Amino acid sequence: MSPDSTSNTTYREELREAMREALARDERVFLMGEDVGRYGGAFGVSLGLIDQFGPDRVRDTPLSESAFVGAGIGAAIAGMRPIVEIMTVNFSLLALDQILNNAATLLHMSGGQVAVPLVIRMTTGAGRRLAAQHSHSLEGWYAHIPGIRVLAPATLEDARYMLASALADPDPVLIFEHGSLYNLSGQLDTGCGPVDLDTAAIRRPGNDVSLITHGGSLGKTLQAADRLAEEGIDAEVIDLRTLRPLDDTTILGSVRRTHRAVVIDEGWRTAGLSAEVATRIAEQGFYDLDAPVERVCGAEVPTPYAAQLEEAALPQTDGIAAAARRTVG
Amino acid sequence: MTAGQAPGAAGLYRTVALIRGFEQRAVQLVRDGVIRGGIHPCTGQEAVAAGTCAALRPDDVITSTHRGHGHVLAKGAEPARMMAELAGRTTGLNQGRGGSMHAADFAAGVLGADAIVGAAVPIAAGAAWAMRQAGSDRVALAYFGDGAVSQGVVLESFNLAALWRVPVVLVCENNGFATSMRPADTMAGTVLARAAAFGIPAATVDGMDPQAVLDATAQAVERARWGGGPTLLECVTYRFDAHHTWEHTARPRYRTAEEVAAGTARDPLEIQGARIPAATREAVDAEVAALLDEAVRFALDSPHPDPATALDHLYASGLRARAGAL
Repeated sequence: MSPDSTSNTTYREELREAMREALARDERVFLMGEDVGRYGGAFGVSLGLIDQFGPDRVRDTPLSESAFVGAGIGAAIAGMRPIVEIMTVNFSLLALDQILNNAATLLHMSGGQVAVPLVIRMTTGAGRRLAAQHSHSLEGWYAHIPGIRVLAPATLEDARYMLASALADPDPVLIFEHGSLYNLSGQLDTGCGPVDLDTAAIRRPGNDVSLITHGGSLGKTLQAADRLAEEGIDAEVIDLRTLRPLDDTTILGSVRRTHRAVVIDEGWRTAGLSAEVATRIAEQGFYDLDAPVERVCGAEVPTPYAAQLEEAALPQTDGIAAAARRTVG
Repeated sequence: MTAGQAPGAAGLYRTVALIRGFEQRAVQLVRDGVIRGGIHPCTGQEAVAAGTCAALRPDDVITSTHRGHGHVLAKGAEPARMMAELAGRTTGLNQGRGGSMHAADFAAGVLGADAIVGAAVPIAAGAAWAMRQAGSDRVALAYFGDGAVSQGVVLESFNLAALWRVPVVLVCENNGFATSMRPADTMAGTVLARAAAFGIPAATVDGMDPQAVLDATAQAVERARWGGGPTLLECVTYRFDAHHTWEHTARPRYRTAEEVAAGTARDPLEIQGARIPAATREAVDAEVAALLDEAVRFALDSPHPDPATALDHLYASGLRARAGAL
């Protein structure tokens, strides 16, 4: 990591600093959502921002996801640069109409008259014993929608630097923060600077198999790669980062070198993001493959509560490593 | 009309006549197969659009509905480009991407027409809040129907607008029908009681009388401008025509001829027409007819979109949905 930073930081703090910078730099930017003010957001991301920027720019909303996302769209087309926080992806379904039928659609449906420069942040994913209504990984559903961008920061650097790029983008951008990442700590690489929103990142180069993942599964996938290395299997780990548009070039470039692919996605397998990635590999990289594409996904049940059940329902390091071994076996 | 200056009786009549004539021609173009998806005619409801928009400045904004031709025209969109949009032509307001239910003219302050019932109300509230934050005294006006007041997002938006004292005017066009269902079939309580529950001042207005609508809206707009927050107006009107032109052939039976005759007995065109000299009315009629005939000609003469442009306007950044073509 960075040589020019010595103090530890967290994913949560970097998300907060990104918002602090955005609020300070552009008076059109404001944050709104449930409890984002004095409470600091349900996950503490915006803690303290209201003291610096006041209640008009760090704005608590009623518990009305559809109305406050709709209001964010209205504010965006009226010239503001809203950041709307939705507490969890499960709650975002209450605003799905606004996200799909308005935010993603207005530019096209109006014949290019108006862009919707709206950023929506929300928590996604399981692993925190919060059961089925706070734990799903539905970012793949959103990646289905043309007209929006879908981001999944999985590192301290992406937590810090993706927001500025998202706010600079003229289109709606959804940012999915995996709940298990908020306490991720380490040293920020301040040298990485602004990030683009079009490319996946190779987090670990390798030659034998491509492990393709995003968000909360990145850490487990890197652990699996370490384990595989001990066995002499040199795995490459790709962090998709941007789920829409998918970076075909990086994915296919990797598969062309390794000839094997495992897609790891906490979302459900059927008709999900992993299916899309695997299909693209089949469409564009079929003749490069030496083995069938493997998938490691969330079990197709509502996320269970009890620790043993929840762990069983999520992709785990063992399962990822086993899938990789099958491709090289 | 200049900013803040209400039109006279002839101006209101002209807007009503313009919308009536537009809808008559649009219905004919549906029958002719030119407007392919059909329309939701607003015939009979013209006084609501004419009266409300007459109380707005050009820099104020509105959000409209699936039955929105009147709103869009009254706010100042060009009839020719509106008709071209219904016909799916490149010269249409939305370049043929929106059609009848989604006509938008941002230059005229029309932030779009939303065919998800009630879904534009929070957008109007958010736009109004943003304009106020920017230090302006512009207001937003949201149209919705009697069916929409049972939508959660509308009630959520009432709450948010009242809580934040947002400069928005909430206009409920109660035209007697949510598709086929009457207010008594869909609504427990009343529209006004819903407003009262959120502390929003509200009034019932004769939605067949353009002047009455204008007077009530002017008060609501004034309250919004000085920072008094939202007002709800329930404009009671009657939908003369079908829910959708599909009914012209399918002929579902949910209202009797007697009921329609009673409902159409009070006609905003006649109510406002009686307030101006006959000669003035004739002159306005002739001017509007010529304008609308030209609008139809313009639409018919305009080109259809090139299929190769189907993916245009998806991302303002220029991003394509996927690499390659369709």
